[in-house]
Amino acid sequence: MPASASASARPAPGPAADEGLARRLRALACTAPLHDLDTRKANLAGEYARYAMAEVALAAIDLVTLAMDFDTGAEQEQVIARLLPRIAAQAPGRPVAEHRRVARWVVDNLINVGSVDRGFRAVYGTFGADGEYTRRDYDFKLIEEVQGPGGAVYLRTTDEAVNVLVGALDTDVTSAQIAAEVKLEVLVNRGRLADAQLAAEQARYRTVQYAETLRRTLDSTRRDVRAVDWLHTVPDMVDEALDHIADRYRHENAILTHIRHARDEAVDSDHKLRAAELVDIVRDCIRRHTQLQSRLLEAGPLFRAEQDRQAFAAPAARAGTDLYGQLLAPLLPTPVAEATRVTDAWFARGTGPRPPGAVRLTDLVEQLLTPPAPREHLGAELPEPDLVATPDDSRFSEAQLESATELLRLPPDAPRRLSGLLADARARDPELPHLIALLAAHAASPPVGTAYRQGERRLLFAVDDGTPLTDQDFGGADLVVGTALLDAAGMAAARTEENR
Amino acid sequence: MSIPPPSTAPTPQGPPAAVPLTPADAADAARLVSFGLQPKLPPARDADYAALLRRYQEEPPFARVADAVAGGLGLVVLEVSPRAGMAVAAAEDSVFAVRMGEYARRATAETTDRFLHGLAHLAVAALAFPRPADLADDDYLGRITVNGVESFVRHACERLAERAAERGENTDPASEEPGLEAAWRVYVRRSATGATKDARRLAGSTTGIVGKAVAFLADSGFLHRVGDEQGGTYRTTPRYQLQVRELATTAALTELTDLGLVPVSDGSGTLLPGDPDATDLADGAGLPFHR
Repeated sequence: MPASASASARPAPGPAADEGLARRLRALACTAPLHDLDTRKANLAGEYARYAMAEVALAAIDLVTLAMDFDTGAEQEQVIARLLPRIAAQAPGRPVAEHRRVARWVVDNLINVGSVDRGFRAVYGTFGADGEYTRRDYDFKLIEEVQGPGGAVYLRTTDEAVNVLVGALDTDVTSAQIAAEVKLEVLVNRGRLADAQLAAEQARYRTVQYAETLRRTLDSTRRDVRAVDWLHTVPDMVDEALDHIADRYRHENAILTHIRHARDEAVDSDHKLRAAELVDIVRDCIRRHTQLQSRLLEAGPLFRAEQDRQAFAAPAARAGTDLYGQLLAPLLPTPVAEATRVTDAWFARGTGPRPPGAVRLTDLVEQLLTPPAPREHLGAELPEPDLVATPDDSRFSEAQLESATELLRLPPDAPRRLSGLLADARARDPELPHLIALLAAHAASPPVGTAYRQGERRLLFAVDDGTPLTDQDFGGADLVVGTALLDAAGMAAARTEENR
Repeated sequence: MSIPPPSTAPTPQGPPAAVPLTPADAADAARLVSFGLQPKLPPARDADYAALLRRYQEEPPFARVADAVAGGLGLVVLEVSPRAGMAVAAAEDSVFAVRMGEYARRATAETTDRFLHGLAHLAVAALAFPRPADLADDDYLGRITVNGVESFVRHACERLAERAAERGENTDPASEEPGLEAAWRVYVRRSATGATKDARRLAGSTTGIVGKAVAFLADSGFLHRVGDEQGGTYRTTPRYQLQVRELATTAALTELTDLGLVPVSDGSGTLLPGDPDATDLADGAGLPFHR
């Protein structure tokens, strides 16, 4: 048993992750007896190498499963008899007695006649909640013998055998859609939402592809019913797709419930966000499935309608004209004089009716004598735009800005404290200190780049030297506000240098 | 346009309806025919037109009068339906028929021009309905471009030239019998395009000839311009399909058969989707199919 698989290098994950692993290990164990048959056939006395024992075993399980009803199971002799054709086909040259021996050996081994409890045991390990590794035994049966009415012994397949060998193995292992769904569910269960989102998106692409195939089929049906095989291919595809949708719908609703749960439970905001995105994606998947389903349901009626339409449409001799193959291609190698006869015929019959001009002489005279209308070179007169003056909602007036600018026009060698400026401003206008404070704060990050590009000579700046501002209206640092002189000529030279 | 009111519209058999048709009904029938002569007017756009079409379909006596009016004017009724409207075509020698000489003046004197203009019309149809089924399918809308049609025909002609060269044939025509020159040579000889003073299409080039055909068909309500790519992109209208299917193909095939050429088709079509990587196609020609 591959019990060591769970004891990999990574640290013990939570019990939830281990549960999935254990479940799969148990499922895997159910297939072990089948592989075992092929390994052990070499130990049998005789030439048994040519028999595919796993195949016989699966066939036996199928036979037993099919023969089962609520009370009885399959008779062992009957099962062996039904297995014989397959075994005989595997080794046609061998005696029937040997075939019978093989069949009996396989059935006996599926029952595991040699063991005491007539079953199988697999050992696997899990990590407990406390991180401790525990080995566990898994006991199972594939075919069990039950007492039938009248004391006879019948064979029945166990739930394990049905689930794994009949059900789970009967999977289209190449189906990308199924793989994507399973992956998603697993990832969500383990809290791996980032990967889950990727898987969900992939699942959606698959869904869209599916819808696209159907759309193309329906389109070709509309064009020509015979172009599509409506006897086998399409009905099969539609059935398959409907089953598929039912399956996916159930699946995705389950996922949705899970993720919603994950979304609401998640503490990590990143997880929460991802789960929310995932919910959207899965919802979209469900929406697309619903769409696909309604289209699938329309497919049958559409086919019948199109069949009626196309079958009863006049089959028409016109259907067969291949303009290039029958007209253009044969025409080109012919002598031009002859070809012109054909093109003339085409032209004469291929152009639409042109009503001839019918003029009365009086109209003609009038038309000819009418002076041409003078052309309007300048075009139509533009209407006067109706302008509405927008109300002036500026916080400060132009005069206030003027006053503030004047106040801030400081000599370059005498910077001032903001507190002093505010006091001066307050003396002029009660509103002015606010504007000064704003301008000073703006000057704390002076637009040097703009000044440089525009070749300004002066630049207002403000520096915080750590002194706190004590003011009745404003708080913060008592900025040192000053004017810097800029080297306009040097900057102009540098700009020219840059542009070169 | 002016349609003489057919005041004495012929009614071959007396209508079985209890109400006899009046001159007003005849005027309505003539009005329906005159709507049919405005091919660019879709029935859905005009309530009167739609009402008259409905009347044509619902009242057989009225339909007979309308047919008679059309017949008397020298028109063939192709189809009367909400999608195509009253689709009429000019009968042979009708006043409504377009003559090659009126279509292109040079075509009267020059036989090669006459051929090229006709060929352009044929090629447009061949590319608009590349597969036989497209011509038969009422819902099919073809799509062509001017450059696409030009390079398609040129390609076909050049293949014929190559084949002739492989066989070592001398395809040069005898000087005294220009009419015996192979048709494809006429096309190959003509330049595809040319520079003009006013940056317009050179009228005599094959692109110019195809462009003229396409513009004329668009003006007849047979094509609908959808874009300027590739020298002009157009899609077909139901009327064009009707005209090609019901009249043009038959007429041209009859002529071809008279020439002793009996083209056979299994109905599957000879044009196949082109290989997008094919290097021998004109760049960006937008060819949907090639042989």
